[in-house]
Formats: sequence, structure tokens, C-alpha cells
Amino acid sequence: MFDDFIQSFWPYTIDGLALGAIYALVALGYTMVYGVLRLINFAHAEIWMVGTFVALGTVQLLGVSSVGGIALIGLVAVMALAAAVVSGGAAMLLEVSAYRPLRKKGASRLAALISAIGASIFLQQLFATVVVPVVFGKSEAQGKLPVNEHFVERTNVIDIGPIVISNDKLIVFLGAVLMMVALDQFVNRTKLGRGIRATAQDPQAAVLMGVNIDRVVSATFLVGGAMAGVAAALYFVRFEQAWYFAGFLLGIKAFTAAVLGGIGNIRGALVGGFALGLFEMYGSSIFGSEWRDVVAFSVLILVLMFRPTGILGESLQQARA
Amino acid sequence: MNVTKKSKNGQGGLGGGLDAVRDRWAVAPGWQRWIVYVLLIIGALLLPHESIGSFMAPSGSDWPTMLSDQIGIYVLLALGLNVVVGLAGLLDLGYVAFYAVGGYTIGIFGTKYGWSFWELLVLAILLSALSGVILGGPTLRLRGDYLAIVTLGFGEIVRQVARNSDYVNGPRGIQGIPRPPDLSEFEIFGVQPFTYGFLDARPYYYLLVLFIVLTIIFVKRLESSRVGRSWAAIREDEDAAELMGVPTFRFKLAAFAIGAAIGGSGGVVFAAKQTSINPENFVFLVSALILASVVLGGSGNMPGVMLGAFLLAWLPERLRVSEDFRMLLFGAALVVMMAFRPEGLWPSRQRKAELAEGTGGMGSMGAEVAGPGTSGPGSSGHAAPTEVKK
Repeated sequence: MFDDFIQSFWPYTIDGLALGAIYALVALGYTMVYGVLRLINFAHAEIWMVGTFVALGTVQLLGVSSVGGIALIGLVAVMALAAAVVSGGAAMLLEVSAYRPLRKKGASRLAALISAIGASIFLQQLFATVVVPVVFGKSEAQGKLPVNEHFVERTNVIDIGPIVISNDKLIVFLGAVLMMVALDQFVNRTKLGRGIRATAQDPQAAVLMGVNIDRVVSATFLVGGAMAGVAAALYFVRFEQAWYFAGFLLGIKAFTAAVLGGIGNIRGALVGGFALGLFEMYGSSIFGSEWRDVVAFSVLILVLMFRPTGILGESLQQARA
Repeated sequence: MNVTKKSKNGQGGLGGGLDAVRDRWAVAPGWQRWIVYVLLIIGALLLPHESIGSFMAPSGSDWPTMLSDQIGIYVLLALGLNVVVGLAGLLDLGYVAFYAVGGYTIGIFGTKYGWSFWELLVLAILLSALSGVILGGPTLRLRGDYLAIVTLGFGEIVRQVARNSDYVNGPRGIQGIPRPPDLSEFEIFGVQPFTYGFLDARPYYYLLVLFIVLTIIFVKRLESSRVGRSWAAIREDEDAAELMGVPTFRFKLAAFAIGAAIGGSGGVVFAAKQTSINPENFVFLVSALILASVVLGGSGNMPGVMLGAFLLAWLPERLRVSEDFRMLLFGAALVVMMAFRPEGLWPSRQRKAELAEGTGGMGSMGAEVAGPGTSGPGSSGHAAPTEVKK
């Protein structure tokens, strides 16, 4: 039971960090929307799913196979850019069409949550029944299946004693860290970022201070969606798979990561994402991989029992009374 | 304030007509109410009739089966979740877990220990209530969305444990679950309502109607008792309730346990009707749809919740006209319906006021833009119309 864990500690750690990096990037979208709107944006998982299909489309469009080395970095950059643009746009469209009408009516957050679930079902089915058959030329039955596309040539770029890191994992990790630093700078340094923080703290005061709330909300969805798009491209490099239903599990994991770190807290999402990725891989090494989801959710419940507002706590806004 | 009132009343004829009916209902004498109750029950009993079925299920699916497998179960589960979400104001995204506990209780004790249906029913209700307490005990101190994700996680844990355990046959699930024993051969209008066979779904539907009626009576009595008042206080403002001496934790736990027990009883009927269950019967989508029933119908108002559950269970079947696109249309319908009536199709007037003022994890969204009819979270904009009505 523990032998496996001790023997393969480093591989599990590296896998966990690569997985955690993806969770963290998706968690950023949940946490930013939550910080500004106090809304669990369930459809965010589907925004990510859209990104994986954009990444798939990019690879098929370029017609590449067996990419490695510097060319892979370039390919990932192109995929990430395309996925970020489409996912960010989809997230903004989602906000305008599904959430803004509710916001204008002063609806309860519960109503918005149901709207989010509806949008999530809609997007999943849209890809399963329309996009995959029409755009990717699959039959309708194939639309429900995961689409695989092998294009990465894996090599070990770092090999120091027990620490062996393959190129795809390194790209995922570094790409995610780069995006996180960029986002942190955006939120803390730019004018729009200040608007986001102000709205998260106190929407009414923010309006009085001249913050255009609609623009801030749109920007939040755009940035969160773009992060999900990059996460999708990185996921596609790592797992080489796109599936209409994959967003569900990844989405609740990413949301778990956001809550684990302290929802509404951007740095918390990072801590939560990496922690969840590591716990999952360690858990599956100890109990077997079929228990990894159970481990992930059990860790969440345990952490929240002792730290009810997550590891870092809520900091974008004060903890709700 | 007048502006808000007008804009509220201008939302559509349905709200106005409903208010008139409600005012009549509020002053109706007892015997008139009883007549309505009896008529409703007779209506529910006649519902599986073919003439209704030919309109409700035109695409050939068996209407009584739809009533028992989908609609009846959803209505029962929605009433149970309504206790947690609608009355106590706790956001539960893993309600399916209790449904699963009920189903697996009858599965395990029915096939491995040979218990009979009615014994199993009692046992399942007790065990699912216990599972509600086990989940609620450590987690009910959490607020709002933290509770939501923990319950979601719990729902997934229950499903995954069922899938990974050889004891309950993992992903293949449990087969050969006992049906309820026949109570009598009594036959009326060509139906044997107490004979639980394989072909006729109507007896199971009648069993569900019985459960639903009992649940309504039970919850209605609770709602107008000290327990119900405590729930109202908790969902309005938990801190204030605690300060006023309401033992909030104990009442939240009670809501969880009662909701869980109702969900468990739904699981028992489902498993006994199907005679087999597997982990895929208890996916998150079920939790989401039942929560959607509660919110769409009008959280906290039992007739509304039942209407919502009926619609959500029935619409995907009715939309089968276009087989492939039914869930696509369904998702879009959910978004559109929420956009048009965010307070639900049939909200209770009292609840509208409380929800708008309090949080309980479910206040209004942040970042609301002040405008006619709305203002920021926690302020008076949304609550204004009800103040006028009082």
C-alpha cells in the first residue's frame, strides 16, 4: 500500500504538480467570478471544454503529428492563444446571455445557479450533438465519445536522479505558472484589475467611485474564460483528448481547488489547485487510482472542517457573515 | 417604492391571477379547502388514465411508467430537497446521495438479508436520515457556498464508493431487489392498485402518491410549527436567529435529516420498481435537476416545487420529438425560464420577502447595478414590493 507511494514518490509529485497546474488555472475562473458576483459559475467547466475542442481543431488544422522540442512550445502557444480567444469569448457571451438578465432583475443567486446549470447542459449537448459531428466530421454516435489525437512526441527533458520530467509536463507547469503571474499582475497593477478588486469588495461603493460594473463583470468573465482556454490547451498537450463530458469532473475538481484555497482569493486558487493535484496523485498511489476522486473530496471536507474558509481564506472580499 | 411595485405587477398576468386565487384561498373556510384537497387527490389518482397519457406522452413511451419512474420520484425528491433548500435555506448540491443511500439500503438488505419491502422502507428512511446527520454534523457549520461544494463532494463520494466496492458489485450494481409484496388482489376500473407486478406501473405510482401526500402533510405541519419558524429565522439571518436563542445548528441538522429521509424513501420506491440499481442512477445531474425543480417551481412553496418537478421530469420526455436535441433544448429552456421568472414559476409571497432580505448563503448576487427596481445586495430594492403588500 505505502510501498508504491514511497518508491514512486517523485513521479507522483511531478504528475500531481502538472495536474494541479491545470486545476489552478481553471479554478482562477471560478474564483474570480465568485469574487465579483458571488456566483458559482457552473458553466465554467464547459467553457474549458470548448477550449479543449479548439485545441483539437488547431492541431487538426495544422496537420501536425509527432511534435517535440521547440516546435512543441510554438504549437502550444498557438493552441493556447486560439483556445483563450474562443473560450474567453464564449464566457463573455455566456455572461451577457444567461447571467446579465438575472443580474438586472436582482434575482437570487440560486436562480443564477440554476441558469448556470442549464447553460452547462446546453453547451455539453451542443458539442455532443452538433459541433463534434458537424465540425469534426464524426458520426452522431461518435459525438458522445472522447476524441483522441496523438501529436506530442514525449522526451524527458530533466533527468536528475529520481526526478524525471517529460517535456509535456514541463510545458504544462511552466505555462500555467506564466499565466498565473500574468493574471496576478493584471489584477494588482492595471486599472481594470483595480476595478475588479473594488467590485469584489463592495459593488455599491465601486459604482459610486465610477467603476463601470458591467464592464468589470464582462472583463472578469473574459479573463477567467481565457485562463480556462489556456488550461484547456495545456490539458490537451498533456492528455491529448477532448470530450464533451470531460468538463464535469474537471470542473468540480477545479471548483474544489478554489474552495480549498479560499474562494474569491486568487492566490488561494493556486495553492488549492496544486494541493488538490498532489493529494489526488498521492491518494491514488496509496489507495489505488479508482479512489482518487474520493480522496480529493474527502480532503476537501477535512480541510473545511478545520479551516472553514479554505487554506488561505477569503481575501478578495471580506468573509461573508 | 411605487415604481418597484408597478414593475413587479407588470411582470405578467400569471402573478396577478395567482394573487387573486391566493387571497380567496386565505379566507376560504375549512370545508372548501377539504373539497379542493379531495379533488386534487382524485385528480392525482386519475392521472395515469390513457386519455391524459395520449396527450402527455405522445411519442409512445408508457405514460404510467413515466409517472412512476420519472415524475412521481422527482416530485417526492423535490419536496424533500425543498425542506433543506426552500425552508432552511441550506444549499445542497449532493441531494442524490441520500436517494442513493435509500436505494442501496433496500438493495443490500433486500438481496443479501432477505428483508421485506416494508421493513426495508423503515430501515432505509432511518439510514438515510442518519447519513444526513453524518454529513451535516461536521459540515453544517460552513456557510453558503462552502456547504454547497461539500455536499456536492459528498454526493460524488457516495457514488464512487458504490462504484468501487465489490460488496455492491461495483459498476454493475445490484439486481434482484424485492418488489413490494402484493397487499390484495382488489381490482377497480381494471387496475389492481395493490398488486406490485412487473408490467403495470400504476400501483407504484399510487404508492408514490401516498408517499407524496404523507410528505406534504408532514412538512406542512412542520412548517407551521416551532421548527418551521426556526428554519425561517435561520434562512433569513442565521446570526440574528442564533442571538435570539434559536439553536441553529440543531435545526439545520434536523432539516438535513428530514430532507435526507424523504430522499431515501424515494430511493426505496425507485429501487423496488426497477428491481436493479447501479451507481449511474445517482449522478450529479439528478441533484442538479431536483435543485432546478425546487428553484424553478418557487423555492419554499410546496405547490410550486411540485409544479417545477413535474415540468422538469416531463419536459425532456415530451421533447423527445427530436430525440437527439432534447437535452440541448432542455438546457436552453432552463436558462430562458430562469431569465423570465427568476423567482420561480409559483413563488410564495412570504418567501420572496425573506429571500431578498436575508442571505443564508442564498442572497442576491453581488455586483448588481443600481437601477429601477433593483439595488445592491442586502438593501431594500427587492424587498420593497413585499413591504408594500404587508
